Amino acid sequence: MSTSLQDPIRTAVLSATGLRIATTAGKEILHDVSFELQPGKILALVGESGSGKTTAGLACLGHFRAGLTHTGGEIRMAGSGPSSNILDLPEPERRKLRGGVISYVPQDPALSLNPAMRIGDQIMEVLQVQGHGSSDAERRARVAEVLAEVGLKNDDAYQRRYPHQLSGGQQQRVGIAMAFACRPSVIVLDEPTTGLDVTTQALVLQTIDQLAELHNVAGLYITHDLAVVAKIADEVVVMLSGEVVEQGPTERVLYQPQHDYTRKLLDSVPDLAGKRRVGRTSVITGEQPVVDPRPAAAEDRTRREASANFLEVSGLRLAYGSNQILDGISFTLAPGESMMLLGESGSGKTTLSRCVAGLNDDYSGEVRLSGDTLSAGTRARTAEQRQRIQYVFQSPFSSLNPRRTICESVEVPLQMSGKMGRKERRRRVLEALDQVRLGSSYLDRRPGDLSGGERQRAAIARALVNAPSLLVCDEVTSALDVSVQASIIDLLRALQHETKMSMLFVTHNIALARHISQRMAILQHGQIVESGSTDEVLEHPRHEYTRELLANVPTF
Amino acid sequence: MTAIDSPQLVTQETKAPPGLLRRLVAQRQAKIGIGLTAAVVLLALLGPVLLPVITGFTSTEFTGRPFQPDGVFGTDNLGRDVLSRFLDGGLRLLAYSALATLLGMVLGVLAGMTAAYAGGRVDSLIMRSNDVLLALPSLVFALLAITVLGPEGWVLVAVIGITHAPRIARVTRSATVDVITEDFIRAAEMYAVPRWKILVQDVLPNITGPLMVELGLRMTYSIGAVASLSFLGLGMQPPTADWGLMINENRIALVIQPWGVILPVLAIAVLTVGINLITDSLARAAANANVGASK
Repeated sequence: MSTSLQDPIRTAVLSATGLRIATTAGKEILHDVSFELQPGKILALVGESGSGKTTAGLACLGHFRAGLTHTGGEIRMAGSGPSSNILDLPEPERRKLRGGVISYVPQDPALSLNPAMRIGDQIMEVLQVQGHGSSDAERRARVAEVLAEVGLKNDDAYQRRYPHQLSGGQQQRVGIAMAFACRPSVIVLDEPTTGLDVTTQALVLQTIDQLAELHNVAGLYITHDLAVVAKIADEVVVMLSGEVVEQGPTERVLYQPQHDYTRKLLDSVPDLAGKRRVGRTSVITGEQPVVDPRPAAAEDRTRREASANFLEVSGLRLAYGSNQILDGISFTLAPGESMMLLGESGSGKTTLSRCVAGLNDDYSGEVRLSGDTLSAGTRARTAEQRQRIQYVFQSPFSSLNPRRTICESVEVPLQMSGKMGRKERRRRVLEALDQVRLGSSYLDRRPGDLSGGERQRAAIARALVNAPSLLVCDEVTSALDVSVQASIIDLLRALQHETKMSMLFVTHNIALARHISQRMAILQHGQIVESGSTDEVLEHPRHEYTRELLANVPTF
Repeated sequence: MTAIDSPQLVTQETKAPPGLLRRLVAQRQAKIGIGLTAAVVLLALLGPVLLPVITGFTSTEFTGRPFQPDGVFGTDNLGRDVLSRFLDGGLRLLAYSALATLLGMVLGVLAGMTAAYAGGRVDSLIMRSNDVLLALPSLVFALLAITVLGPEGWVLVAVIGITHAPRIARVTRSATVDVITEDFIRAAEMYAVPRWKILVQDVLPNITGPLMVELGLRMTYSIGAVASLSFLGLGMQPPTADWGLMINENRIALVIQPWGVILPVLAIAVLTVGINLITDSLARAAANANVGASK
């Protein structure tokens, strides 16, 4: 990155050099970050949460979030007036750049679109603010044009829709249309596909790729998903706690990583083929043996013959009004078996797992545990039944009471199920924390002191403290970074080996299949469209939906 | 980076911004507020005790003719020492306001949390009866109750407490609604923790921020309400020494002997402003973890 701006061969549209950003309290967040954006190319900024990738991305817009100040370095924009350093411009000047020359696509379209404004008007607004075009008619034509560019319908009826009338993927494409509306030369994309399912993600990525190339736009793609990087980026910058640890062309960084951290990051990405082994790398995970479904499955088979089905769900139905969430779900689970429930958002997978755990009590159908039919709500179940099925929530940021210590949170199941004394409970809690590789030092800390991964471990400890025979994991890794995800998956596998419990692993990430489950069931619109052993489903998918899913999984 | 998604920052950040109370005290406004409030509260608390030392008179003793400049601040409409009455008159006001606020908080928080947690019909029932109470002007309600039940201390406390309750219930309900959608409440449900225990253990500690703000706000209103009811002759009855009553008794001679009005007015004003400053700072400290950090 020593090439200067004036270099005729490499004409970077935007170049950041020696960028330093610190908190107002004086702690430096970005240390000397430099990168260049080339027209028509996409640069991916990769890193985990807290690595400063979003901060760096926003700096390209000349924006610093509250509590952050710019302490050094510059961001130069080719041909942006007398002073090409964006960060030297006064705020009103910077505001003019944003949305016009440099635009931004935020992470969650559902939050960034105004729910009370029609989408056509929202795109219009950008054009009006930027003074694009000379008349309203011209601007209107541009709105129609840009909607077509992102692959949406552009008739009047469509433009008159409100954001809630669009799907997540369509909303994100509207967001992209807004960003592209004024024909920017730089576009900053902040994890635009994180909330989308694989099929939609593939479409959105394709749209971005095409538009960037077609209009010669330089893209800065902020993400933590390396598989997406492989698909879309031309160059990669890997960041670790505010520092660039590696940068270069995508092929080189992903296939011949130089830095230890990049290698670690790459190793923790789950893959469909099971080539990589999530959970064997040095620091990120423990010494869990190769995650291989076959021997475990074979071992199960003998046991399955010996005992009846451990969990049996039959004809489960649930509707909210006219919206049929679950439409006759039936499956069985053998003792010690791990099953993946795969589905996109809205497929009813969380509702299903909550029905099994008794958190949802207005379903019809039957859930049987070792032959006994379970009542619908947890309060109606016996203490023993409650103890046998445990549920781990999706977000560790919401599942632990911030005002109670880890020990107080984890001991709740013990308090409710037995007459154990305080000391005995504390001992059991400590054992459970040991199982999830958290030490005694965590007992009296509050969730606020813990990282996401640590919190999720504590939440798993709460589920384990009563020695359950079935663990229901609802998207337990979707709020976490890949390396943390790897260690949690690793932990769950190890725990399953240790305790021989059954596991229902609910997820939208098909790439995890070989790393966690022996069997899988695929859910679509509240129905199981395909189920079978992991190998069977992945290698010989029978349903069209499964095939589509498999085809759209980004891999590298 | 928000504190939540950055493991490295978490440990650091939790050390840096301390608890609500520290963040409160870190603000200059709060310091002023605490100073003002403490001054008036001390005066009201110590006044009755130090009365014999400072003036040598009790608050109901006749020391001379009405509206004369005898003693430090002169005499009142019946010839009693103004300073003595002033020193003696604050404690009751404070005690009644505090009790009324407390009663209002207990009723309001119970009603609000129950409504939010139970939802459905119970929620509608509680909140609609709330609306009925809110539709009644509080002063009219107080007049009615006091006329029927007589101007007793407990009536005063009950009436003011009950007029506060619906407003506190509304705040509590909206704060609770935010908390009960969190997964940790669902987790407690899953372990069949008794409902009252969920409210006490999991909900209440998480809504203390808005409740503390409401507490401060209601306290100022209580002081105003007790003082105005006394002023109207419906609160404390003569010859009791009371700031509200003093204003009423002495306002006829505002020009000749202003101290009988100025002292209690000043005390009530300082107290109200002080508590308001604390409340404001508290609201800010509750809303923003970085308050006072940069100062």
